[in-house]
Amino acid sequence: MQPIHASRRILRPVNRLFIAISLLVALLLNLIPFGRLPGIPDWVLLVLTFWCINQPLKVNMGAGFLLGLLMDVVDGSAMGQHALAYVLLAFAASGLSRRILWFPLRQQALHVLPLFLGTQVVMLLVRLVAGAEFPGLLWFLASASSALLWYPLTYLLLLPQFRPEEKDDNRPI
Amino acid sequence: MSVAGHAPPPFFKRGPAPLVRLAFFATFSLLLLIADLRFHTLEWARLTIATAAWPLQRAAWLPLDAAEDLGDYLTHQATLQKENRELHRRQLETAHLLLRQKHLEAENQRLRAFLDLRAQHPAGARVAEILYAARDPFSRRVIIDKGMQQDIQAGQAVIDELGVIGQVTRVFPLTAEVTLLTDRQQMIPVQVQRNGLRAVLAGAGDRLELRFLAADADVRPGDTLVTSGLDDVYPSGLPVARVNRVDNNTATNFARIPCTPLAALDQHGLVLVLALRTAKPPHPEESAAPAAAAEAGQRIRRGSR
Repeated sequence: MQPIHASRRILRPVNRLFIAISLLVALLLNLIPFGRLPGIPDWVLLVLTFWCINQPLKVNMGAGFLLGLLMDVVDGSAMGQHALAYVLLAFAASGLSRRILWFPLRQQALHVLPLFLGTQVVMLLVRLVAGAEFPGLLWFLASASSALLWYPLTYLLLLPQFRPEEKDDNRPI
Repeated sequence: MSVAGHAPPPFFKRGPAPLVRLAFFATFSLLLLIADLRFHTLEWARLTIATAAWPLQRAAWLPLDAAEDLGDYLTHQATLQKENRELHRRQLETAHLLLRQKHLEAENQRLRAFLDLRAQHPAGARVAEILYAARDPFSRRVIIDKGMQQDIQAGQAVIDELGVIGQVTRVFPLTAEVTLLTDRQQMIPVQVQRNGLRAVLAGAGDRLELRFLAADADVRPGDTLVTSGLDDVYPSGLPVARVNRVDNNTATNFARIPCTPLAALDQHGLVLVLALRTAKPPHPEESAAPAAAAEAGQRIRRGSR
């Protein structure tokens, strides 16, 4: 059982269908065309990180790779750019999951911020090597806004796993 | 290393170790990147996945469409009337120009026939609408609402009412991707309208740059650049950009000449996709071409040694 700091609740097992649906919704949100507006969070990155940290045995590098390929196509970026970045992110997130989960949610957000930034840097390096233009520092705002969303997103995605609270003072845990 | 930091007992099946998986997927991604960026061999895979993802993409636009419809519905009548009046005025102003242009085109064709030049094909064109700017922050591309179904092909030139916008680079069943002139990998052959000086205009992020012109070339700030038509892609004479300023005192032999595009690259509206120019200059003789190519290849190989 994983500790959720704020409530210390025992969570119900996760539903695989819910994971798939949440990833699909994130993909849909990413498909909304905002153009070059800075600070739009990468929803797929966010939800993928969440599941890699919370369910590292169910969502892992394979999911990251497939989602990355899909993002490459719908974004019109180089094939393998998102895939590589998401695979590295999934590796780091699942490796760090046991450590990150012990922190309260705000500090968790501080933990995932470098992960997001690292993902963006990987994409940047890949494209700069291929001779693309530097998109400007404002582009990194997307990481910050993604990290800000960590707190609400955790509650939203853990909602189906919460069980009703029982008032039982003699419960052992 | 496992998830918990220890190797799991062998009777728990967890698949390959994380590092092995990472190596596998990272190598695969890198191979894909090289295949796509260096050899451009993955267009078929892109087309397949894009076609499969099309319904999802369409669904994601629904909220935007709804917002747009609401905006249209709430447009003030006065605005519409003003716009209508303005359009009427402009139509009257340009009507005589159109009539004269038809006359001139006919005359031009006759003269060309007389001169035994290859007749410039009357360019067919297709109106398309820009749907949205592609999300990729590293390039400048927009998506238009015409694709394979409407016979759009990669390579076609795209213009708006003010000038050249760019070129179709990828075609999907119902949409097409247009690379704007400001993309760093986009180039267009132009000539200075004032004196006919030919040059190559390259994209540089927010603006354009006239490349490889000698420091003493006859270019002045304010000059209009039009397509020269040398590339068999863009018809000649389309306005492209205006010269901002000319920096002669650089350390290199070439002048630095930043330009501003004339077309509204950042606005979303209607554009015209011009038909591919089919008439091409006659190829050099068959026998000469392979020999020259082989020679060039040898030269390159010798050079690389």
